[in-house]
Amino acid sequence: MVGQAPPYDIRYTNDEIRNMIEVNRKGEVWVFAEQHNEQIEDTPIELMSKARHLADTLGVKLAAVVLGNGVKDLATKLIQYGADKVYVAEHPLLRTYQTNSYAKVIYDLIHKHEPQIVLYGATIAGRDLAPRIASAIKAGLTADCTDLQIGDHTTVKDKKIHKNLLFQIRPAFGGNIVATIINHDRWPQMATVREGVMPMPEPDVKRKGEIIEEQVTLAQSDLPLEILEEHKRPKKVDLKAARIIVAGGAGVGSKDNFKLVWDLANCLGGAPAATRAAVDLGFIDHDHQVGQTGTTVRPSLYIAVGISGAIQHQAGMSQSQKIVAINNDPDAPIFGVAHYKIIGDLNEVVPMMIKSIKEKSIKD
Amino acid sequence: MGYNCVVLIKQVPDTKRITGDVMNEDGTVKRSALPAIFNPEDLNALEMALQIKDKFGGHITVITMGLPAASEILRGSLFRGADEAILLTDRRCAASDTLATSYILSCAVKRINYDIVLCGRQAIDGDTAQVGPQLAEKLGVKQITYVEELTELSGKTITARRNIGNGWQQVKADLPVLLTVTGDANEPRVAAAKKMMKYKNALAPVEVEQKIKAENPDADEMDIKELAEHKCGKLIEQGLLMKQWDLDAIEADLSWCGMNGSPTKVHRIQSVVLAAKETKQIEPSENGISDMVHELIEDKIIA
Repeated sequence: MVGQAPPYDIRYTNDEIRNMIEVNRKGEVWVFAEQHNEQIEDTPIELMSKARHLADTLGVKLAAVVLGNGVKDLATKLIQYGADKVYVAEHPLLRTYQTNSYAKVIYDLIHKHEPQIVLYGATIAGRDLAPRIASAIKAGLTADCTDLQIGDHTTVKDKKIHKNLLFQIRPAFGGNIVATIINHDRWPQMATVREGVMPMPEPDVKRKGEIIEEQVTLAQSDLPLEILEEHKRPKKVDLKAARIIVAGGAGVGSKDNFKLVWDLANCLGGAPAATRAAVDLGFIDHDHQVGQTGTTVRPSLYIAVGISGAIQHQAGMSQSQKIVAINNDPDAPIFGVAHYKIIGDLNEVVPMMIKSIKEKSIKD
Repeated sequence: MGYNCVVLIKQVPDTKRITGDVMNEDGTVKRSALPAIFNPEDLNALEMALQIKDKFGGHITVITMGLPAASEILRGSLFRGADEAILLTDRRCAASDTLATSYILSCAVKRINYDIVLCGRQAIDGDTAQVGPQLAEKLGVKQITYVEELTELSGKTITARRNIGNGWQQVKADLPVLLTVTGDANEPRVAAAKKMMKYKNALAPVEVEQKIKAENPDADEMDIKELAEHKCGKLIEQGLLMKQWDLDAIEADLSWCGMNGSPTKVHRIQSVVLAAKETKQIEPSENGISDMVHELIEDKIIA
């Protein structure tokens, strides 16, 4: 007894089907260079070295795409970070990011140049924009990738080998599995890439590249939202840049007791951080959160204090060079990724560590 | 006047509560052992719709695409105050990626008269946050993602505060609009006892059939069909039959649904195994810790 839905003509028109672009092997690799107030976000820059590698493997050019008003100067910087070409789309109506205007311009550029790969940072704007474009172009999109590679895929049905596809690698299912996603028949291959998972490349000031100015036609109707006010707060901490991180979990017990984490971080010249649980309990501000919904970090030393080590947290810190874990539960999963395992009461262990570090630094 | 809201909800495995009981010996997760829950941020989307209804009046339709078991969260929505629940279920939806899912949902939503479509920001099984924006594109409506607060609703205009990562912005738009709602937006209400009493026996037709099959294991197909139709008729009289649509009912083009309609394919799945590296156990004593600190200095980890 399946109900009858009210009628509505839903079928895609031929025009819409023509929106799709053909699979092509000559297409460039693109990175959307998200900028706000003439400042390029970190994530697309982090993406540049990986995208450079993908383009080299495929033997095609790497292009950055920058939209805005008065952003031409950013092109030089993008070339220094590895772009062969920069498409610059300038228009007064592109000054501030809006979904529809940005989606329209990028959609048109994709049609004009037919890139084979388009990558976006998985920032809030990137996660707002990329699906809108993917839907319009009927292309695949993989969210929040942590790695990208080039590889071959054999389709199960016809055993056909599709060479040199973009492997879009991402954690799924709450971080409990890692999935490699491909799209072999509907292009471009698009993905958003998580913040902080790829190291920032060094700029090469001698690099030369081509800057292409694109003509943009936009009307006020392409900006259906009115931005009434905007408040930005500078991030109080930059965990990604920290060489040493001391992170506390729910096991620290209270906001007062979290002082232990701050003290240990201070005496090491490190940054204090926390798990989602500790942030939710109000022990510390969200800017300090490490993990799947916080920042991904890869410091030289990561000290986990009273952290059980949920997989979502491990996703954000397991690439640290050395990990010290302090927990009174010998079965805490965090010990699985730790180089140094201390089973004990953090209220005793942390002060001992502080003391020991202070003694050593005086001696040296 | 009041506003017509459509809320899209999803039943998901509770990936946030993975404990030892659901882990296999090799460190992988037993997915079937995880309880199925109402996707958390979809509850925030529903709550926002309920607050709109409380203040201005109107009608709330909830839709879920999923297996028959997803009817559970439809009932959960009725318990909280939704007016109408639609189960979108069809085997041919299986293996849909976000693009195919948004196409199928758009076929359903387009049949409903709406001012505001609300979705949770993302579902905890995939964490993609893609279906909301893709659905907005397919419906040809504007989107406001990462909504933390509905600031104002007046006539045909909405003002909302959205999270922009390092701050927030206040945006204004004309209706219709699609919102994706974050977990910070509100505190979802619990089921109301009266509504629970009223709707606890609400069923979707597929559930009626399953129930009758279980109660009459020896009956043939014709009998079951007849009994099911009879029962559905009674439920309609009581206002307890939830709507059920399949892909034919929403006239979806099958080439855009399921596996066919999904450009992204899975190449490989690897389980994350909590691999033990070389772990050194340190005694929680002054000597033990001093030795460790010494080693970290030797290795130039601590300057």
